[in-house]
Amino acid sequence: MTASNTLAPGLNTGTPAGQAAAQAGARPRRPLLPWAAGPAWFLAALVTWRWPDADDFPDTNLLAALFAAIGLGLLATAALRRLSARAPWAIALGLGFTVWEVAQAKLLWLPRPFFGTPQDLLDVFLTDWKRLGDSLLHSLGLLAVGYGIGAVLGVAIGVGLGRSPRFRYWVRPLIRLVGPLPPVALLPLAFVLIPSGRLASEALLALAAGFPTTILTWSGVAAVDPAYYDVARTMGARNRFLVLRVALPAAMPQIFVGLFMGLGVSFATLVVAEMLGVKSGLGFYMQWAQGWAAYPNMYAALLVMSLMCTGLVSLLFKVRDRVLSWQKDGLKW
Amino acid sequence: MVTTPTHPAHPLGLALHHIDHGYAIGGTDTPVLDDISLTIAPGEFVALLGPSGCGKSTLLRLIAGLEPPRAGTILAEGTPITGPGPDRIVMFQDPTLYPWRTVRGNVALGHDIAGRKDPASVDAAIELVGLKGFERAWPHQLSGGMAQRAALARALVNDPRLLILDEPLGKLDSLTRLTMQTELQRLWRDRGFTAIMVTHDVEEALLLATRIIVFSPRPARIIGDLPIDLPPHRHRDDPRLLDLRKNILTQLGHSADW
Ligand SMILES: Nc1ncnc2c1ncn2[C@@H]1O[C@H](COP(=O)(O)OP(=O)(O)OP(=O)(O)O)[C@@H](O)[C@H]1O
Ligand SMILES: [Mg+2]
Repeated sequence: MTASNTLAPGLNTGTPAGQAAAQAGARPRRPLLPWAAGPAWFLAALVTWRWPDADDFPDTNLLAALFAAIGLGLLATAALRRLSARAPWAIALGLGFTVWEVAQAKLLWLPRPFFGTPQDLLDVFLTDWKRLGDSLLHSLGLLAVGYGIGAVLGVAIGVGLGRSPRFRYWVRPLIRLVGPLPPVALLPLAFVLIPSGRLASEALLALAAGFPTTILTWSGVAAVDPAYYDVARTMGARNRFLVLRVALPAAMPQIFVGLFMGLGVSFATLVVAEMLGVKSGLGFYMQWAQGWAAYPNMYAALLVMSLMCTGLVSLLFKVRDRVLSWQKDGLKW
Repeated sequence: MVTTPTHPAHPLGLALHHIDHGYAIGGTDTPVLDDISLTIAPGEFVALLGPSGCGKSTLLRLIAGLEPPRAGTILAEGTPITGPGPDRIVMFQDPTLYPWRTVRGNVALGHDIAGRKDPASVDAAIELVGLKGFERAWPHQLSGGMAQRAALARALVNDPRLLILDEPLGKLDSLTRLTMQTELQRLWRDRGFTAIMVTHDVEEALLLATRIIVFSPRPARIIGDLPIDLPPHRHRDDPRLLDLRKNILTQLGHSADW
């Protein structure tokens, strides 16, 4: 989850020169830490394999093999010298799995079924991967349509609010009335009014993504230095150019803040909509798992969902880094 | 195109009749321009001098067509100015480069607006202002003077018939300033546009302009209108320039023995 380093290319931004100086200053030495990552995972593998389970858990040997494979992979990465920055995390994760394995699978410290073992989690992925994957695809599909529509509409409405007094006169009261409402509050109504649950959920997601995007786009466009318009106008620019090539790029930093906030609200709305409405997707899967007290399944779904969310946020930041490469600096996700 | 002297010249002539303008600042009305009447012949190089805050930039905005005057008319070749147009290009007091465009993108702005492709003229303008090698730099990577030169290049690529310059060389060091003054004068002669330039530097006005207009403190009135009947390639120490300089400084309220 490291952000790309696509800031200003070339020219003295200071960073490359600074790094070079730091490297030249330090004595070249081979760091040993990366070599500890593999053994940490071998330890997890060994403990899993040799220490008898406290109960009849599935897939113990397979899990041990998996740990060992990860350990081998990390050793190879260390040999290729590609592990330096992430080595501490790799070690910590290996040790963490060891502790989890010992505490839960070998000693059963915490009550089952609320707390599962690593092999429980692995078992869910092995036996239920199809349904998990299916749920993930459903969630992603719903998000893509709803968030996409909301983002596009939000930017469009925000630009309208920022540029046109007439548009602002009519639309601002509506935005003020509906916007601050949590989208999930509209959920019961939406499912009654809109016959298709999927369509209703998409509409709510669009609303969830649209409101922050609208507000931030609006404030970004409203804050554009009027001198920017003057420059283009003296060269004969028409409204179209002023909106698309001046107002939009100038407001882009703000727009991305809005898109990011909208993504967060969309995640929340997505889960609730899936639990109450569409009966598919990761939210629904989790609710089902809870209903059947299938806690390992819930953990698995949570893990998948968290990977999905963080992946989408990373994607958004990647796009942002590209689009805003002209900025002096920005937050690193 | 910037460097070709064989460029067909259509300099723009201007006529300002009884221009009044003002702004409401904090609820009170502030008059800025007071009955300005002025005729500028095609091809003139007019320098505007006046105390800070008197209304010079405001007058330029009106000529550019960015705002209508409260009273009076501005005619370009006999027709009233109703809005901005690419034949009258402004170089603003602040560089106002677009931070999301590289130097090259900023200089090419006029081409992008007109839907024209002419990379050679963009390169030529960048080279002219001495920014070669910085085409791909972002504005935040430029010094103040470099940004100002980029803004000058951005104005020049448009091949204006009237070039409106608001303290174009204000942020340059004295040496770069000298070079740019020479370049400006050469451009003006080669390409034959009309030029209106605000400056605080009396010497600069004397070296470049064919005519100097002096304004009173706000609200601006014209208190001096001096033709400079000297050939281009003037020498700084020319006694006639020194006389004119004394004259202008007196009008601006400085004692003559300065
Ligand atoms: N947009 C505006 N709104 C309100 N007042 C303005 C505006 N623009 C200019 N003024 C006022 O008009 C007066 C003249 O401003 P202007 O920028 O034309 O001065 P100037 O002669 O260019 O000064 P300087 O040499 O310092 O650039 C000032 O008193 C200023 O406060
Ligand atoms: Mg000014």
